[in-house]
Amino acid sequence: MLKDQDRIFKNLYNDMGVDVKSAQTRGDWVNTSELIAKGRDWIINEVKDSQLRGRGGAGFPTGLKWSFAPKEVGSRPHYLVINADESEPGTCKDRDILRFEPHKLIEGCLIASYAVQAHSCYIYIRGEYFIEGQKLQSAIDEAYAKNLIGKNASGTGWDLDIYIHYGAGAYICGEETALLESIEGKKGQPRLKPPFPALIGLYGCPTIINNVETIAVVPTILRRGGKWFSSLGREKNTGTKIFCISGNVNNPCNVEEEMSIPLKELIEVHAGGVVGGWENLQAVIPGGSSMPLIPKEKCETLTMDFDSLMAEKSGLGTAGIVVINKNQDIIKCMARIARFYKHESCGQCTPCREGSGWMWRMLERMAKGEATKDEVDMLGEVTNQIAGHTICAFGEGSSWPVQGLLRHFKKEIEERNNLDPIVQKKNNIPYLVDQHLLDKKNA
Amino acid sequence: MSLRRPAKNQPETFEFSSSSMEEANKIVLKYPEGKQQSAVMALLYIAQKQNDNWIPLAAMKYIAKFLHMPYIKVYEVATFYTMYNLSPVGKYFVQVCTTTPCMIRGANKLVEACKEKISDKENELSNDKSCSWMEVECLGACVNAPMMQINDNYYEDLDKEKTLEIFDKILKGEDPKPGSYRGRLNTEPENNRKTLMDIKNA
Repeated sequence: MLKDQDRIFKNLYNDMGVDVKSAQTRGDWVNTSELIAKGRDWIINEVKDSQLRGRGGAGFPTGLKWSFAPKEVGSRPHYLVINADESEPGTCKDRDILRFEPHKLIEGCLIASYAVQAHSCYIYIRGEYFIEGQKLQSAIDEAYAKNLIGKNASGTGWDLDIYIHYGAGAYICGEETALLESIEGKKGQPRLKPPFPALIGLYGCPTIINNVETIAVVPTILRRGGKWFSSLGREKNTGTKIFCISGNVNNPCNVEEEMSIPLKELIEVHAGGVVGGWENLQAVIPGGSSMPLIPKEKCETLTMDFDSLMAEKSGLGTAGIVVINKNQDIIKCMARIARFYKHESCGQCTPCREGSGWMWRMLERMAKGEATKDEVDMLGEVTNQIAGHTICAFGEGSSWPVQGLLRHFKKEIEERNNLDPIVQKKNNIPYLVDQHLLDKKNA
Repeated sequence: MSLRRPAKNQPETFEFSSSSMEEANKIVLKYPEGKQQSAVMALLYIAQKQNDNWIPLAAMKYIAKFLHMPYIKVYEVATFYTMYNLSPVGKYFVQVCTTTPCMIRGANKLVEACKEKISDKENELSNDKSCSWMEVECLGACVNAPMMQINDNYYEDLDKEKTLEIFDKILKGEDPKPGSYRGRLNTEPENNRKTLMDIKNA
């Protein structure tokens, strides 16, 4: 288990209060100006040394991303945008940072803004987190009042303004270019890449977009050094991570742990074990709903980091772990996730808009045992027609969980669904296209 | 995609009240000059708050004029995002999360409670016209499942009994206390905490 002194988010459960004074006792805002005085290159190199990877799902190296920002500010200003549109089912880590560690985020914003030469920072919070947004706003106001941000922020000579922009219930706005569209006051429909936002982003200006957790760990990395951060976890999967463990566990919780921690340890030690015991475990969704599920056999030895989950054809994603035990109907669980994606598709690309509905309807029927044998393979085909054929990664996000189900639980689906596609006797299944064969026989 | 249509009965006119106007003018300043269209989402929220938690077409037209942008662009935004209510909802607007993490912790019991206490169908006002409910997608409090949102507040760690108690309160016009209903501290592992114990006991 990670030692307490190595935990970055000491106020994860709000034992200490969120105001700037108590944040300072936890080490925030202590020597910000000294850190910034070491210069842009030092900051970016230190973040590169730490091997920090983005915590929003894709796991892109943060230092590398920052270095994509143009070195000189041209006629267009630079922007920093923080993605706090946390909507992935199973994930609720950013919410705790917004409400209990807002000063870590704000200080991170200042450092990141300086590193990418931005004077304005927008924090995009999902609309449902209104209370959390208000708490963050009062922390921002506090920081302005103490001149920690604003003109000559923290005495660094850098000017920074931070604004909150509320979303309004669209999951797709967590995709970075859709988020930019949304800030610009449009429908949240993703843009084609390239051009990448680092060159042409918000209002057509160079924009760096980072997840809340990524930015909030940066001040601590700079204080304790990139070497310290990279000493945790394993090569290329370093540092600490907030894991959200939900579903059929005895004590669902958020907990900050070292990267590469065994999944079994997370579940058994922190979350109090699976409801009904480890033997009752059916499957685990390791990284938010869009990551393929992992069956019990593999959960025994699985370690939680980007690369080891990739090797299992899944992914760490946002580290929202959903534990599903044997009391649940796995097909129904996945059908509900498919319904989520059907509801949240932005409607821009046809394969995703239509395909997400197809997957949902097929899975609903499969859960009830009303599908034919052939449809199981057909469902797999549908997922392949969506993944990779859309503007953004939503296509993959919606089809991967279904592919995961087919990969590991195909037998269950086939056992339940063995209808013959040719209708032999009259039964009222109106969606069967072969109904006409039956009508002919009776005619 | 979710299909959303504006209500049949629409008021003729809409105007910002003086307090809304003040708030709206402040929000426009957050964005660079010439980019005032960015404020449309926030202004729709203001209109929604002023107009009993729903947005009439007249308000969209008003906001379009206010921000010097085409009406259809405001309409697009208002119909795209699901948190803008296009038809009247109750003064207490209950949103129950039923996505998988909540579902496997028994969110259907919360839906049952809604049907018992508020109305048989989603998006229908209760008998006294004060409440309405709907199922929504993940609200981002999965470790506190099952949960629901009433207006701005989250109610977490619920079961059917506690949900019914909350509904009794809102039907009486009281505001129940938000947060966990099993008395746990935020997102800590209940009775099983292994981390940051020194800080907890300090």
